[in-house]
Amino acid sequence: MTSNLSTAAYIGATILFILSLGGLSNQETARRGNLFGMIGMTLAVLATVFGPQVTAAGMPWIVGALVVGGAIGLFAARSVQMTQMPELVALMHSMVGMAAVLVGYATYVDPEATKDLEGAAHAIHAMEIYVGIFIGAVTFSGSVAAFGKLSGRIGGSPLLLPARHWINLAGLLAVVYFGRMLLQAETIEQGMFPLFVMSAIALLFGIHMVMAIGGADMPVVVSMLNSYSGWAAAATGFMLSNDLLIVVGALVGSSGAILSYIMCNAMNRSFISVIAGGFGTTAAAPKAAGANAEPVGEVNPILATETAELLRDAKNVIIVPGYGMAVAQAQHTVFEITRTLREKGVNVRFGIHPVAGRMPGHMNVLLAEAKVPYDIVFEMDELNEDFPDTDVAIVIGANDIVNPAAQDDPTSPIAGMPVLEVWKARTSIVMKRSMASGYAGVDNPLFYKDNNRMLFGDAKKMLDEVLVALKS
Amino acid sequence: MNTDHSTANALDSVVAPKPQRIGVPREVYPGEKRVATVPDVVIKLTKLGFAVVVEQGAGDLADLSDEAYVQAGATIAPNAAALWSGSDIVFKVRAPTADEVALMHEGQTLIGFLWPAQNPDLMQQLAAQKVTALSIDALPRTLSRAQKMDALTSMAGVSGYRAVVEAAGAFGRFFNGQITAAGKVPPAKVFIAGAGVAGLAAIGAAASLGAIVRANDTRAEVADQVVSLGGEFVKVDYEEEGSGGGGYAKVMSEGFQAAQREMYAHQAKECDIIITTALIPGKPAPKLITAEMVRSMKPGSVIVDMAAEQGGNCELTEPGKAVVKHGVTIVGYTDLTSRMAYQSSTLYGTNLFRLTEELCKTKDGVINVNMEDDAIRGLTVVKDGAITWPAPSLVVAPKPAPKPAAPLTKKGHGHGEPSGPMPARKLVMVAGVTAALFVLVGAYAPAAFLSHFTVFVLACFVGYMVVWNVKPALHTPLMSVTNAISSIIAIGALVQISPMANAAQRPNMLIIILATLALVLTAINMFGGFAVTQRMLAMFRK
Repeated sequence: MTSNLSTAAYIGATILFILSLGGLSNQETARRGNLFGMIGMTLAVLATVFGPQVTAAGMPWIVGALVVGGAIGLFAARSVQMTQMPELVALMHSMVGMAAVLVGYATYVDPEATKDLEGAAHAIHAMEIYVGIFIGAVTFSGSVAAFGKLSGRIGGSPLLLPARHWINLAGLLAVVYFGRMLLQAETIEQGMFPLFVMSAIALLFGIHMVMAIGGADMPVVVSMLNSYSGWAAAATGFMLSNDLLIVVGALVGSSGAILSYIMCNAMNRSFISVIAGGFGTTAAAPKAAGANAEPVGEVNPILATETAELLRDAKNVIIVPGYGMAVAQAQHTVFEITRTLREKGVNVRFGIHPVAGRMPGHMNVLLAEAKVPYDIVFEMDELNEDFPDTDVAIVIGANDIVNPAAQDDPTSPIAGMPVLEVWKARTSIVMKRSMASGYAGVDNPLFYKDNNRMLFGDAKKMLDEVLVALKS
Repeated sequence: MNTDHSTANALDSVVAPKPQRIGVPREVYPGEKRVATVPDVVIKLTKLGFAVVVEQGAGDLADLSDEAYVQAGATIAPNAAALWSGSDIVFKVRAPTADEVALMHEGQTLIGFLWPAQNPDLMQQLAAQKVTALSIDALPRTLSRAQKMDALTSMAGVSGYRAVVEAAGAFGRFFNGQITAAGKVPPAKVFIAGAGVAGLAAIGAAASLGAIVRANDTRAEVADQVVSLGGEFVKVDYEEEGSGGGGYAKVMSEGFQAAQREMYAHQAKECDIIITTALIPGKPAPKLITAEMVRSMKPGSVIVDMAAEQGGNCELTEPGKAVVKHGVTIVGYTDLTSRMAYQSSTLYGTNLFRLTEELCKTKDGVINVNMEDDAIRGLTVVKDGAITWPAPSLVVAPKPAPKPAAPLTKKGHGHGEPSGPMPARKLVMVAGVTAALFVLVGAYAPAAFLSHFTVFVLACFVGYMVVWNVKPALHTPLMSVTNAISSIIAIGALVQISPMANAAQRPNMLIIILATLALVLTAINMFGGFAVTQRMLAMFRK
């Protein structure tokens, strides 16, 4: 295949990737979108494999690598549970990051890649490699740290080193310094040292960045890493002068950036403040101010059987799931309850907060897995106005996203964050294991409201009891 | 205030030994048949620890005998003077007359319809007597807790019902349509102006008699309630929202009123019965039905003007009387509740009992006028001789706070508009920085880099445009698919993996190992990413 033909194939692949992302905008077209993605990828890989840069000697390596990697990937995709999706996605981001680092090093040690380059072009090429490896390394270590946090191997609370902003700044300066050193290096051997040092700094930087972010901000982290993996691909494209890589990297990068932006909006926080550190840092000051606003009163506990009774008498029910539902694996029971109620003619809907769960769209995937039809699953803005007409609102393992303090108490750390207004329903029922506060560490006045009931216990167990009571 | 009160309490306990006595005098206002408590309520008040004294004959006009009160545990006072002097708390229906106020003594508490806005003199007199007065009509109606004490509502419900009964009495035809051997009778058409509590009660009563009921209110949100009671909501053909504070209507604009008059004129021609209930607090009742409209009505039609006491909604209303003008009976009774004295006394008595419960949370037969309590603060118009009316307006229940300035994700497909237009200064700044960057790149970068850079910037924009439309529900699949797509890095590994025989300096083996490793990783990502996305998407179903 000639160089021109493979370029033409790349254009086709690019278009297919754009169509793929576009297809994801709707449930009806999403599957087709994924298919476009697969075709595009196949086209791009085949065009490269049969292109001018790959010789017969490389074939065994390629086939071997694809078979091994493909087998692992398919196995992981089959066996992963839907509740573990955030971990899987984080782990996959780390692979892209690592691949970018490896390709970067391979390019640097390859004298053939630079033999035609002179002056500024040579410097730019070195910089492209440098930046590509940096982004790749940050993505890699950050994703591994995120994976650790999401899978519970590392604690969820933010790790806040003293003077951490200065540490980051010092790291950045060091990276710039070694970048200069790389530009001045005359041989490849000389350049290896700054590259290694920079990689080490980048790895530490990535870990540090993710460790400093609190558990509730994980959706932002995951989408941010998604963005980084795209930028890593784009940087690789620059270093290899490959437009396909640049385009696809930019597509993925901007997609992740938009997701991060949406997530930040949903929490009413700026991207910088999320990246700069968890809720714990700012909570100290507001806590003192918020002390007098501390909700007083008693909570009204309720039994599973009473919950079932309330549900049976209700006409409109809205269920608000949170991370607790994922932890308890309660989504299937939730669906059973939904089905039972719908058979009785109750209008059951789901209200999803943009940052419910640990990654964007996490709740939707879990509900879909439990076979909840997606046309009764609504975004926060679509049904927030309907709460006053709702008889029962059930909150399953969520806290901050239904906290009225976000609207009522300007001193609250989560003030201004859009929340689901469950307290406007005739009755709200909160399922929780205990009275502990959510990730933001903010007490929730909802629990003390007159029309709120608390159903204490493991969400799955309690919902099972509710289901039994409903069916009897 | 606390100290004041404890001394007042101490005084009370010296003057009158516990428990406190609730006195219920006979109403002296001409034509008033109601009484402020009934035997059933006396039993409940006694349980709260109070002693109840009822003036002889207080309940006669409401068909409640002295014996019934005695059986319920009340004692009978022979005359008004004895009753007033022997009571710590007096339950009244109507505001007291000057004579009655004169009978009061320091430290006494009075509860009843006092209408403080309309009776400033009465307020002065009560203050001069150093009493405490609670005006049941001053209850903050927006407090949901206050509903059980809302006597205005219960009285309005009674009069709304009675208005229909009066209309039926004056109307010479059936309400419901009938087909009899003697011929067909069309149903009566009833128009009800104002769908407040009284209006809604009237709608319900008229509809249950079988009439065709139409109703109108300036507050559009009551339309559902009208329909739920069997009425039909008639809109005024003009856009304006008429909700004033506290569940009342407000005065409407000139344009609205013109459109409203037109609608009334039309209804007057069509309907057999008009019941008007329109009141605006502190103002004379709006004149909705002109003499002209009355003339246009069919002979034998009936108008019941429930606003007669405040001047009437109809120009021809004569308060307190039923008159026939232009062949139309215009009922302007101001005593609709008294015409159902037993019913309204029972409801009113229960409202006062609920209030007493709030005043006496300790259930020991001693009331505590707690000015910290929103409901009680609103009711209290004179406190220990000081006029405390009007109460500071309540900070009413959290209306949803206006959304923070940042336009958040909006309804609909995807995220709506990608945020509003940037403020000009910010836009200029962003444009400036970008332009500077581009100039820099253009000036120093080689041509090859520039072409890649162009592609890169354009691709960023395409990505932004495409992804912005993605539904939030699909964010997870989007991430896993973009993740799979980012394994395009495999291309980078692929172009390096082949050993180059003719390049002696190239560390072939090292590059092959690095590239193969990268390829394995990206292959995991590629296959895994697409497969898991497919698995997820297969689960989304309608």
